[in-house]
Amino acid sequence: MGNLLPGPNPTFREGMQTVTQLYDMTATELARLLREKKVSSVEITRSVLGRIEAVEGKIRSYVTVTPEIALDMAKEADARIAAGDSRPLTGIPIAVKDNMCTRGVRTTCGSRILANFVPPYDATVVGLLRREGMVMLGKANMDEFAMGSSTETSYWGPTHNPWDLERIPGGSSGGSAAAVSAGEAIVSLGSDTGGSIRLPAAFCGVTGIKPTYGSISRYGLVAYASSLDQIGPIGRDVWDLALLLNVLCGHDPADSTSVPRQYPDFTTFLDKSVKGMTLGLPQEFFSKLDNPEVQHAISEARAVFEGLGVKFVELSLPTLDYGIAAYYIIAPSEASSNLARYDGVKYGHRAGEFESMIDMYCRTRAEGFGPEVKRRIMLGTYALSSGYYDAYYLKAAKVRTLITQDFEKAFEKCDAIFCPTAPSPAFKIGEKIDDPIQMYLTDVFTIPVNMAGLPGMALPGGMSRDGLPIGLQLIAPHFEESRLVQLTAAFQKTTDHHLKRPTL
Amino acid sequence: MKITPEQVDYVALLGRLALEPEEKKKYMGQLDDILKYMDMLAEVPTDDVAPMAGSVELYTPLREDDVKASLPVEEALANAPARAGTSFRVPKILE
Amino acid sequence: MEYEAVIGLEVHAQLLTDSKAFCSCTTRFGAEPNTNTCPICLGMPGVLPVLNRKALEFTVRMAIACNCTIRETSRFARKNYYYPDLPKNYQISQYELPVAEHGWVDVETVSGEVRRIGLTRIHMEEDAGKLIHDENRPVSYVDLNRTGVPLIEIVSEPDIKSPEEAAAYLRTLRSMLVYLEICDGNMEEGSFRCDANVSIRPKGETVLGVKTEVKNMNSFRNVQRALQYEIERQTAMLKDGERIVQETRLFDPSTGATASMRSKEQAHDYRYFPDPDLLPLRVDPALVERIRAELPELPAQKKERFIQQFGIPPYDAGVLTASKPMAEYFEQTVKLHPNPKAVSNWIMTELMRELKGADESDISTCPVSPTQLADLLKLMDSGTISGKIAKTVFEEMYSTGKDPGKIIEEKGLVQVSDTSEILSLVQTVLDDNAGELEKFLAGKTKIRGFFVGQVMKISKGKANPALVNQVLDEELRRRGSK
Repeated sequence: MGNLLPGPNPTFREGMQTVTQLYDMTATELARLLREKKVSSVEITRSVLGRIEAVEGKIRSYVTVTPEIALDMAKEADARIAAGDSRPLTGIPIAVKDNMCTRGVRTTCGSRILANFVPPYDATVVGLLRREGMVMLGKANMDEFAMGSSTETSYWGPTHNPWDLERIPGGSSGGSAAAVSAGEAIVSLGSDTGGSIRLPAAFCGVTGIKPTYGSISRYGLVAYASSLDQIGPIGRDVWDLALLLNVLCGHDPADSTSVPRQYPDFTTFLDKSVKGMTLGLPQEFFSKLDNPEVQHAISEARAVFEGLGVKFVELSLPTLDYGIAAYYIIAPSEASSNLARYDGVKYGHRAGEFESMIDMYCRTRAEGFGPEVKRRIMLGTYALSSGYYDAYYLKAAKVRTLITQDFEKAFEKCDAIFCPTAPSPAFKIGEKIDDPIQMYLTDVFTIPVNMAGLPGMALPGGMSRDGLPIGLQLIAPHFEESRLVQLTAAFQKTTDHHLKRPTL
Repeated sequence: MKITPEQVDYVALLGRLALEPEEKKKYMGQLDDILKYMDMLAEVPTDDVAPMAGSVELYTPLREDDVKASLPVEEALANAPARAGTSFRVPKILE
Repeated sequence: MEYEAVIGLEVHAQLLTDSKAFCSCTTRFGAEPNTNTCPICLGMPGVLPVLNRKALEFTVRMAIACNCTIRETSRFARKNYYYPDLPKNYQISQYELPVAEHGWVDVETVSGEVRRIGLTRIHMEEDAGKLIHDENRPVSYVDLNRTGVPLIEIVSEPDIKSPEEAAAYLRTLRSMLVYLEICDGNMEEGSFRCDANVSIRPKGETVLGVKTEVKNMNSFRNVQRALQYEIERQTAMLKDGERIVQETRLFDPSTGATASMRSKEQAHDYRYFPDPDLLPLRVDPALVERIRAELPELPAQKKERFIQQFGIPPYDAGVLTASKPMAEYFEQTVKLHPNPKAVSNWIMTELMRELKGADESDISTCPVSPTQLADLLKLMDSGTISGKIAKTVFEEMYSTGKDPGKIIEEKGLVQVSDTSEILSLVQTVLDDNAGELEKFLAGKTKIRGFFVGQVMKISKGKANPALVNQVLDEELRRRGSK
């Protein structure tokens, strides 16, 4: 890790009884302090960098920490604020998942095959963060090429859950979620293909949203499954997410799948009443739920919502199980093609010894990829290969239409769908890594959301007896993430789950 | 649907992955399990269903035919594992 | 047993857009390796393609010209295979839903017969880069400048029956592409490429035989040679009772033979699937109609029009319409000097000689403008200068770019058409050559030619030949009847 900064962590006092570290505060709170000139971005950044230095050895949220870049950006932010040229999130430190290209800063996707890859360009979202004047802390750890639910497949080793260091933080954006949870970042960016923002947010007790497919640019996001991948923000509460959604959502001409549409100011939904709204409970989700602690969190949350005037209806998503199976064809198929470019010719790892061109390809990729990635490449290549395309890929694409239609019908009866994020709280490191099917079942509540391209929010819903966070999930129709903001804000005003912090 | 060793070899070659014998055995078993799970897809009637293109019902946008600056060649090659002049260098392909 | 050949051709044409198919790098040829690249065409992690509007419009132009049905919705597909000149290790192409299908072109064969060749499909795709092999070491060099340049692939039905017909078909396609200004049609440089599928079957049989794919034919002549060889090879095999193996064969220009490629991969499994980074491609019927309305006149139409409108023979019309700039040059000149036959003759003889063109006759290098040529022809047709003098003037125009009027003035080349002047020239010649005159009057009529030559000589070619003949004959009669 190296020496980050000399001296103790800067703290902030303003006649408060308890001292709250800057790294423990939310972006909204810090933004206010910056506006009021009570603190500088450099001070905030130093606080977070100090925290990283203190706990990173235990958590391992980061692949690359960029303290010099961060402090330079913090100084620039302070100058902008002084000049009156700032934006809502100017000066706030953020971690970026290591599958989003950052110009001049290595971008590894948690893989050996890109261990030394330094992109000559920024992802569009990174450009948006720069324009906003945010401070980049570094690149967050992840499952290799975003393939996983536990951040155990990273070439750099697993990230540890700040709530229990022997447990996984969830995946694939485990580093992004753990960093926010542990105070190693104020907010972070993750990506979500089958639950990779929502699952780690749930396991780490933070709030994360995967917005509607097409609402945030994918240009510069290293592709896993192109028709499913979406970038989204992770923070301690929905107030921070609303600010980030304002920065990130928007059309990008460099991404052909980016939707040309205007997005509202998401902060205007933070104070809207949810009285009279209806939440749907899909029976096919709940029939899979057998963990009593998660069930308890769900029923408590339901009571909270009912207290706010929200109604609940039962509904059905008949093709749900098929939708989940179809994901395991579509995602690996697209991935097998997206990952073909890693061949040791233009960039990245190249095998040291080989006898021919084909040998170079085969050894480079065998050395560069971990077992989960290889497994999915094998699966996807098989599913697309001659003779199997109709039975697998094409069939899965049709089933995808069906699950999307199921959701559309469901939304005729409710404003949003309510369910858990995961079937259980975080499991132990090493517990499921050798059993792919068990691992894949962690994603049953999150995958269907990606298959239909819908927005999904994960929010803290309480703790298990073991002191592990339990995540709730809200799902809305296409481009109705504002509804998710509204519902989550109402919930988080009434509850305090999101205020809890792990002791490290 | 039982996967054969020949199929594993074929798929590994298509995907340009050199696999050790133990890996091949492991993948054969795991792929088999996963594909059994996938076989449930055959149960769903989809005769009149159109495959979903992506989640968004739109058409691909068009870009004007304007030339923009390319990457400076040193940046294009900065990550190259092997180069010769401004070309990427690779072992010769045997035709 | 007589066999007939069945040939289908796949043509790849590079489109003349300024930027690449899916990124904004230049398509310009000839730069240092990898200087026209960006993260997108380099296939770097995280990049995404965005389609070039012009590439689509050019494709639609050709599809309309080839009488295709154009799909309102088509899709891009990924063609997955590994090769060092293909950075993503897949090519963005089209598979199940191409832009255009079911078209045809009429091809005039050498015998003058017109054959209708069906087109199965026309689709868009991106080009790969270049791989250059080291002579001495077992290494190759990859240049990705060409990666991403837009291509159209034109696939014919197996309607072609002979190597000659194949060459005629290729010439027709190339001419159309050049006329439509969407491709420069250069086979040697690789902007126009062709692969063939060849099979044979007993004459009259409808079922197709086993086909082989033939590649590496980089000129029309080599296409013919390769097809000829392959047809003979397959015929010989069948006659010997051997079976044809379905395979890819490379043409070797130095031997004129095709040889089997050592198989790289068991029959390519390209694992086509719709490219999820590109949404469905919509071709608006309104766009098709606009392009149709703006479609330039095609070679066949122009040739027909020249025959009808200008009354010139089909052969001449064919020569003049072989290239669009040549046809335009002709029409502009005719506009200024409405004597199409004279213009046509002049272009096909004097002008083309100066151009020293092959069958392309690059008129763009001609320093004589249509206006200048029209002026020259006017001067000739009005008798101001003789045809012979006109040729001299034209050579001067070609090398100096000067106007004909100026050259004539400077060199005093105005034709002498004054009868009394000619008479005085004739009398001078006859007086100076009394001996010859005696021989003529004695019956040696061939000497007349000598007198004409002398008159032209002392007039420095300016004497109006027709008048010289007329006046000379009169004078000879007069002197003879003395």
